[in-house]
Amino acid sequence: MIWLLFALAFWAGAWGMNIWLAKRKAPWVRIAVPVVFGVTILVLWEGVVRGLSIDSAILPAPSVIWAKIVEVPDMLWTDFVQTVLKGGLSGYVLGSAAGIGAAILVDRFGFLQRGLLPIGNFVAALPVVGVAPIMVMWFGFGWESKAAVVIAMVFFPMLINTVAGLQATDGMQRDLMKTYAASYAQTLFALRLPAAMPFIFNGLKICSTLALIGAIVAEYFGSPTRGMGFRIQTGMGRLALDLVWAEIALAAVAGAGFYGLVTAFEKRMTFWHPSQRGNDRS
Amino acid sequence: MKNIFPVLTVLLAIVAIWYLGAVWMNAAWTYDQAARAGENVSFSHLLSDTMNQKRPVLPTPHQVWAELDKGIFDRKVTSKRSLVYHGWITLETTLWGFVLGILMGVGLAVAITYSRVMELSVMPWAIISQTIPIVALAPMIVVLSNQIGVQDIRFPKAMIAAYLSFFPVLVSMVKGLNSPDHMQVDLMHTYSATDAQSFWKLRLPASMPYFFASLKVAIAASLVGTIVGELPTGATSGLGARMLIGSQFGQPMQMWAALFAAAILAGLLIISVAALEKGVTRIMGAQA
Repeated sequence: MIWLLFALAFWAGAWGMNIWLAKRKAPWVRIAVPVVFGVTILVLWEGVVRGLSIDSAILPAPSVIWAKIVEVPDMLWTDFVQTVLKGGLSGYVLGSAAGIGAAILVDRFGFLQRGLLPIGNFVAALPVVGVAPIMVMWFGFGWESKAAVVIAMVFFPMLINTVAGLQATDGMQRDLMKTYAASYAQTLFALRLPAAMPFIFNGLKICSTLALIGAIVAEYFGSPTRGMGFRIQTGMGRLALDLVWAEIALAAVAGAGFYGLVTAFEKRMTFWHPSQRGNDRS
Repeated sequence: MKNIFPVLTVLLAIVAIWYLGAVWMNAAWTYDQAARAGENVSFSHLLSDTMNQKRPVLPTPHQVWAELDKGIFDRKVTSKRSLVYHGWITLETTLWGFVLGILMGVGLAVAITYSRVMELSVMPWAIISQTIPIVALAPMIVVLSNQIGVQDIRFPKAMIAAYLSFFPVLVSMVKGLNSPDHMQVDLMHTYSATDAQSFWKLRLPASMPYFFASLKVAIAASLVGTIVGELPTGATSGLGARMLIGSQFGQPMQMWAALFAAAILAGLLIISVAALEKGVTRIMGAQA
């Protein structure tokens, strides 16, 4: 009961603090407020689980999950390598490269653009994760099948975003390149690809999430005895929920970290774009 | 309409490549069978055999079509082997998740528009929530909802669908609700309109284009969420479960049929959302 009251009091206090913080204009407020919010949720979770003495077979407390993470770091690391680095990342790199390459090809030929784009737009909205069982059947249980699923999921969003980006230059700029007597390749590399960067990064960010989803889902259809999806599935079977939550925490950190990396890279590459310049002032 | 010809050409090319791929990928099995029987494989035999295997590595389009036709039209709608039955289960959950997602997205967007505390604390977490691979959470949600006494298998699946579909709605609605410019907001002030009035008469109508743009993304995300939710949750009906069962019992045709049924369902959903958009914007007096 004490725990529950403490959690509720903490919640009220944190909420009040956030209201007070939100009135300041200092730049660190933008970080402090969400951090306080996140910590509050963790404390509430811990308090409710302890206060109502919820069985850890239903919902383990954050402290229990953390204990598990510290207990089996080697296992988590093997799963991370298997799922994220081997399955997710290799598929992500290959799939995005193929998507960007195909987009440049499509952009070159007006006929392809009119023919392939409507189909690409449609396919991008389809539940492509469904190819997971087929890929597992084709490429076996290893990480290759996971990478194949990720490639299939990532390809069309990348294609569409890059094609849109390649059209982002206006007539004046292209005319200027013409007056320089620039070749197609020169125009592409000096003007159109840089101009397409914000769109390409937008696609890369969307795909970073898709890649992890694809890699994990494919493991539900068969995998070697390691990997995050495998561990979650078997953990559920034995009701080892602390292990499952440890894997979820790992997946969350991997997903957010992956996204953060792409965003940081975007900042360096497209520092000239208005959406990035605006950030400095606020 | 001038795109019809290029689109058809590309589609034809895809079908042609598909048939070639089927011959190429299924050839190994045909050669294997022939070697066991001690026969030589003629080219025409190779072609006809690879295109009509019972358990092909890559089924041909006409095989997939036949399976779809059997699953959709030949069986009774209530039959457990009918794709309409499974599609309906998936559709029902998708729509529940979609509605939940819209409510969550719009609700949060309104709160964020009117409260700086909400904006500062919720927005970063909403973004982070989308970088977390939800499939990892899916089995958890099923167990949790089971333990707290919700027996309905649709509930956890709808939660997953809602989790994926609320985000596009939230982002677009925040943008849309803030889209009226200063002039328009000032005009409402000179009318001494209350907050509620300027919300219903200015901000909400102004956000409609953003809202409908996000709905198309959200419905697709909701379908993905439902199908993903059916995979690890031990569901026995629904298109996702159909794929899982097909994969476990070595029935490739069943997987392919379920995959294409899901694609058809996605197409129908997007078309209906577009139709809804047209209807609503016309009623609200938007210019076409």
